[in-house]
Amino acid sequence: MKKIALFLAAVMLAVSLSATAFAEEIFANGDQYDKIGGELNVLNWGEYIDPELIQLFEEETGVKVNYIEMLSNEEMLIKLASPDCVYDLCFPSDYIIEKLIASDMLLPLDYDKIPNAKNIAQEQLALTGTFDPGNKYSLPYMWGTVGILYNTELVTEPVTSWKILWDEKYAGQIWMYDSVRDSIGVTLKMLGYDLNTRNADEVAEARDALIAQKPLTKGYGTDNTRASMVNGKGALCVIYSGDAFCCIDENDSLAYAVPEEGSNVWYDNVIIPKTAKNVEAAHAFINFLNDANIAARNTEYICYSTPNAAAMDLLDEYYTGSETYNPPAEVLERCEVFHDLGEFTEVFNDAWTKIKAA
Amino acid sequence: MHRKVFAYPYIVWMILFIAAPMLFIFYYAVNVDGVWTFAKCWQTLSDPQKWRILWESVKMAFNTTALCLLLGYPIAYILSNMKKSVAGFISVLFFVPMWMNFVLRTYAWYAILEYALPDKISAAISGTEGAVLMVLVYNFIPFMVMPLYNCLTKLDRSLLEAAADLGANRFKTFTKVVLPLSVPGIVSGITMVFIPAITAFTVPALIGNGNYHLYGNEIELAFKQMSSAGDYSIGSTLSIILFALVIISTMIMNRVDGSNAEGGTLL
Repeated sequence: MKKIALFLAAVMLAVSLSATAFAEEIFANGDQYDKIGGELNVLNWGEYIDPELIQLFEEETGVKVNYIEMLSNEEMLIKLASPDCVYDLCFPSDYIIEKLIASDMLLPLDYDKIPNAKNIAQEQLALTGTFDPGNKYSLPYMWGTVGILYNTELVTEPVTSWKILWDEKYAGQIWMYDSVRDSIGVTLKMLGYDLNTRNADEVAEARDALIAQKPLTKGYGTDNTRASMVNGKGALCVIYSGDAFCCIDENDSLAYAVPEEGSNVWYDNVIIPKTAKNVEAAHAFINFLNDANIAARNTEYICYSTPNAAAMDLLDEYYTGSETYNPPAEVLERCEVFHDLGEFTEVFNDAWTKIKAA
Repeated sequence: MHRKVFAYPYIVWMILFIAAPMLFIFYYAVNVDGVWTFAKCWQTLSDPQKWRILWESVKMAFNTTALCLLLGYPIAYILSNMKKSVAGFISVLFFVPMWMNFVLRTYAWYAILEYALPDKISAAISGTEGAVLMVLVYNFIPFMVMPLYNCLTKLDRSLLEAAADLGANRFKTFTKVVLPLSVPGIVSGITMVFIPAITAFTVPALIGNGNYHLYGNEIELAFKQMSSAGDYSIGSTLSIILFALVIISTMIMNRVDGSNAEGGTLL
């Protein structure tokens, strides 16, 4: 009994020591966080933050963080639009933010409370400014591209075009992404159209192409495609660059390419809804996440690219030298940001329903 | 008379969690963004694709029920003829997996089909209609076995002896005595499998790799797409159609069951 107690004490000591060591390392530059208290309700994607950071934030500020996960942008929009929305902080993507701004649902950020915002790269802010002018309501949290993850043992030819997803050689080994904008978007790009097209004929053409492709696909997946690709069960997979980076880390016969027709560059930004209760803590959390050390640690944990220039300086070659993690300028040049389509979204949704049911 | 008081919590519960949500479904079906209109209802009703998916779902539910009955009846019959203690133990083994969450069990099947089988077999099965059917049968077969087992154990053994005394062989005893007497169990088993099977959406979504789309998935998709409030209307209309279908099939099953008041009925 005594031995067990001793062992437990030793473990606890070790844990607390390592936690303090980490905290000291992060706050070496003398950053101080005020004791704020209260609760902070955060709505985020699954596996999209290092949980130790939440704990650290709680210790530093005395705020109790209630962390809730969601599966899709659309789900988040429904939750934020609900009259009894409880969330203080949320991480939606670009076109959803545009919609949220248009519906006047966001609180303008108080930059005086986010001194660490200076760490974010200017060129990233320029891109996020295309859907949130002047970054008035949001700051980028993670970003990346949409491309093709492929298994070099099964796909020996170079992957340069979205058309490879329609190649019968790979029948039953092609994973598509189970999301309306991404799947229709890459098809529009393959056909040479704009990602944000408002031409119903072009969407119809993309729809028919996807319906024709369906017998060749292994399926429409989201997070489940990663395990499938890592285990060599799929040859080609439409995927976000961050997930691709994770997969390549686990299986080095995988590779990632952004096709030459162009693709989507996406941003998940942090926002504060107008209905937020603990605005003070929400700002503190945003500031905390943009601390160079914290952002570096977070991006190492999630594998998604950070827009934080100061954090990039802290990362090693493994990240900064990877074209998947840190895409070169010529790749970004052919990528576009999604924009909210307003009423035209219905045309996309209608096409999507037809594709899914085909 | 005073006993009625005890029913009040139940009535409140029913109003809050059964009646009110139902009313919401009807409300959303005909109310788009605060405007009363049947336009979206009509659009949904006149969409041949929706009816095709409904037909696919009915076929899938029918196949599931038929397979469950085909596999479940022999299981229940064998169990009912065993010694009580042995049958009790085996049926516990049979029902233990049901203590685990339905979604988890389905995820486990996903992992088995995708990763645990040899590549060739897995490629042929994973994500297919057959895989969806198999997992549906796996998930729902206890709902078939349970009422059948209850019904068959209650069967009066002296009737079987009487049949044997009167010269019936075992096959005849089964077709003329056991089978007719187990009809109530069959009926409630069918009801308990068919209705969840026709509303299933987790299994086709997970096992079908997002490629296989049933009516439940169509409803889910309508509610999840947030282009405008109109999608709520489509989802609600689809739900009402399914609701009507479930009521009709329950009524038919009750009619079949009508003459047999005694037995393993659960509805």
